[in-house]
Amino acid sequence: MKPTDIAAPDYFHKVVDCQWACPAHTPVPEYIRLIAQGRYSDAYMINWKSNVFPGILGRTCDRPCEPACRRGRVEETPVAICRLKRVAADFKDDIKQRLPRPSPRNGKRIALVGGGPASLTVARDLAPLGYHCTVFDADPEAGGMMRTQIPKFRLPNSVIDEETGYILNLGVEFKGGHRIDSMTSLLAEKYDAIFVGSGAPRGRELDIPGRKEAAANIHIGIEWLASVSFGHTDKIGKRVIVLGGGNTAMDCCRTARRLGGESVKVVVRSGFEEMKASPWEKEDAIHEDIPILNYMVPLAFKHVAGKLIGVTFQKVKAEYDARGRRNLVPSGEPDETIACDDVLVAVGQENAFPWIEKDCGIEFDKWHMPKVDPKTFVSTNPKVFFGGDAAFGPKNIIWAVAHGHDAALSIHKMLSGEDISERPLPEVHVSSQKMGIHEWSYDNDISNDKRFKVPHRDKVVALKDIRAEVELGYDVKLALGEAERCLNCDVQTVFSTSLCIECDACADICPMDCITFTDNGEESDLRQRLKAPSPHPDQDLYVSSDLKTGRVMVKDEDVCLHCGLCAERCPTGAWDMQKYFIEMTDAGSSCPTKSRSAA
Amino acid sequence: MTYIAKPKFHHPGLKKNELGYTHRDYEGKISTLCAGCGHDSITASIIEACYELSIEPHRVAKISGIGCSSKTPDYFLGNSHGFNSVHGRMPSVLTGANLANRDLIYLGVSGDGDSASIGFGQFAHSIRRGVNMTYIVENNGVYGLTKGQFSATADRGSKSKKGVTNTDNAIDLVAIALQLGATFVARSFSGDKTQLVPLIAAAIRHKGASFIDVISPCIAFNNHAGSTKSFDYVREHNDAVNRLDVLVGRDPIAVDYAPGTVQLVEQHDGSNIALRKIDADYDPHDRLGAQTFLQKHAAKGQIVTGLLYVDPDAEDLHEHLNTVETPLNTLEADTLCPGSAVLDKINASLR
Repeated sequence: MKPTDIAAPDYFHKVVDCQWACPAHTPVPEYIRLIAQGRYSDAYMINWKSNVFPGILGRTCDRPCEPACRRGRVEETPVAICRLKRVAADFKDDIKQRLPRPSPRNGKRIALVGGGPASLTVARDLAPLGYHCTVFDADPEAGGMMRTQIPKFRLPNSVIDEETGYILNLGVEFKGGHRIDSMTSLLAEKYDAIFVGSGAPRGRELDIPGRKEAAANIHIGIEWLASVSFGHTDKIGKRVIVLGGGNTAMDCCRTARRLGGESVKVVVRSGFEEMKASPWEKEDAIHEDIPILNYMVPLAFKHVAGKLIGVTFQKVKAEYDARGRRNLVPSGEPDETIACDDVLVAVGQENAFPWIEKDCGIEFDKWHMPKVDPKTFVSTNPKVFFGGDAAFGPKNIIWAVAHGHDAALSIHKMLSGEDISERPLPEVHVSSQKMGIHEWSYDNDISNDKRFKVPHRDKVVALKDIRAEVELGYDVKLALGEAERCLNCDVQTVFSTSLCIECDACADICPMDCITFTDNGEESDLRQRLKAPSPHPDQDLYVSSDLKTGRVMVKDEDVCLHCGLCAERCPTGAWDMQKYFIEMTDAGSSCPTKSRSAA
Repeated sequence: MTYIAKPKFHHPGLKKNELGYTHRDYEGKISTLCAGCGHDSITASIIEACYELSIEPHRVAKISGIGCSSKTPDYFLGNSHGFNSVHGRMPSVLTGANLANRDLIYLGVSGDGDSASIGFGQFAHSIRRGVNMTYIVENNGVYGLTKGQFSATADRGSKSKKGVTNTDNAIDLVAIALQLGATFVARSFSGDKTQLVPLIAAAIRHKGASFIDVISPCIAFNNHAGSTKSFDYVREHNDAVNRLDVLVGRDPIAVDYAPGTVQLVEQHDGSNIALRKIDADYDPHDRLGAQTFLQKHAAKGQIVTGLLYVDPDAEDLHEHLNTVETPLNTLEADTLCPGSAVLDKINASLR
């Protein structure tokens, strides 16, 4: 193998698995260390810069970081990254003074359609640069799906008000209760750029017999949740069936439990394991006495005299074809009818752009989705950009934020007369953490603690009040314990070939057997000759250039604890622990075309 | 020294030996020696050898004297018996322990100061008597604990860190061990675990006095130009006569050797040592030849390493003394004191 180029910004970025997995590339270990030090405001600001909604995401994020977390490969469970983010939001001081000030206007006007996370991120990035941003939303208040679809017992209004407020106070104009009905007329208003962040607002229908006849008691999940959110709906029947296995279904069933649903069941087509809902959301639903029945396909709504009485299901099983694709085939068991008073249909969401006229220069593909460049987020109309669920279909908040950053950068470049396809590289800092002979500026002692549970409100109390937040969040002590579980993967092991005397001290001390000194070879061959097995080929090998004996140092990054013992036991300083910090380039970064700088 | 404890986590895919232990289970406390010390690599090699042989840690007694080397038993086999004895007295304590309980595996760990100076006599007599043990000298040529004075194994003409030339002749412990009748004699280098680990494993399986001299650079005081015990010097002057694999039980030989290059040596306990010859003419069963070979190469400034001599049919001290098979420490009072009738019989036979 060729010697690893650690100056390439991506190399060490990949080692920080959580940050690499996060669409917004939030510097996770950095803010977790700040939490451990009690510097909650600093931790919050790192998050705010990167993901815009730390308090909201700290309660609702889909957490792509956690399955990636290295700790999950070392022991059973990853660090509770998401809930630590909430800790930063919960314990911070007043941070208003640290927010950007509204700037003098630069005369450019941006229209943002939809007041959800994508649009607000664009506004957050562009308003401080002097752009006049106008956000339009059909609802009276900002937040989009964060406000309408996520139940208050998971995300209180106060958090949404605070974090959308930080953005609107940057001089962003918010036009609530103002639905955009026509792209043509919006274009006619001569905005310098238009960003569409209108989400995926339509709940998918379930067109099976009885749907029309029993319509009074069959509700589309996201519409019903929005209606609950605004207080238009405040009760439901005693027996409720929720159809669908995603996070919306979980929100529906838990909301139903709070509005009078005594027997609430979730019924899914697939197996329990393949459900789209996050494991922790399924757990929370089960904890609230909601059974999840799987491998049942709804066949018909049963009704008597226009009144829903139940749903009939066909029982299926999973079969895999030669290509490993799953098919659901009838299991041969008799159909089952489950009696109920109401049904909530949460079988997916769809995009809908009835308001974009065919002749306004925005092309759509065969799936009726706008043609959007995945890097710049521009549509076929060079002034119109898309982001969030509106761009590529339903995802989640953190993706919307990432899209928003990229779209804002494109808009800024376009309006600065630059080529939007040329994307500036991130800025990278790598610096030694050595403080003394065996002292580091980070806590390198590895905690053996298992993941700490987030305290929950008593179930009886929680189920009585739809606005009572179920999760209470970590207290300071639990937060410290959980923060200590972080392995500081951003503090990198950096090897200097010229200093190494091949004494083996690093290989001997490494608790994870990550380091091997051996003859060089092709990657597949080298992976066979390491001290410990190498089961994750997606995890890089760090290979040195040739050493004095002609061998090379090979480090499998996979399960490195970043404990720094290799560097402590190295007599010549050939190993050093260096903190890697990468800043993604957003609109308005001081020097957006500056090239990379790395160790 | 390192302040934190070595993390308990280990690689999730670590292999386990026959006893279900990983090599991490054979570790001791974290080393307090200087970073990069050759002794730590010997520690790691002992751990690896014991892991590979699936030795039950509680069947091992590790005994040492005084010095950097003699601290190391604290860093391996944390669940074994240990005795950190008086300076140079490891061989006597080991001999006594071995006589009391012949069933344990005895690992004597010493250094060049401990064995070639203050304990030179002790070393000589334990070898001479054929105590069943593995005697490892971690040889760095200096007194590290007292800041790097020449030890008795420092080569004449080699330079100290301050530039002073050594004018005394060196003691070659391997040559002495051969002369005194050790039945397993080897030399190796802490920077070459592929050679060292099987040597330690073979020595543990050997019945009789096994002696391994391991050159172990002292990073702090003896790893400079002019030293003959530095990483660079040993790597340049290392003349390995053979490499070996220890084959326990009926494991088939995994590697295909070119014909005529491998010599199988069956040890007393049925295990085999597969010797891959590097020097085709070297015969590890020829004590006299080994001594000559050693002297000739030493005169040329070469450091001969590998398995230099082995007598697979060796006897040990217990056989010489004709002791009972049962360890003395488990003999019950009625066996030890069979009564006046037996005494009368013995007395009668002597009249």
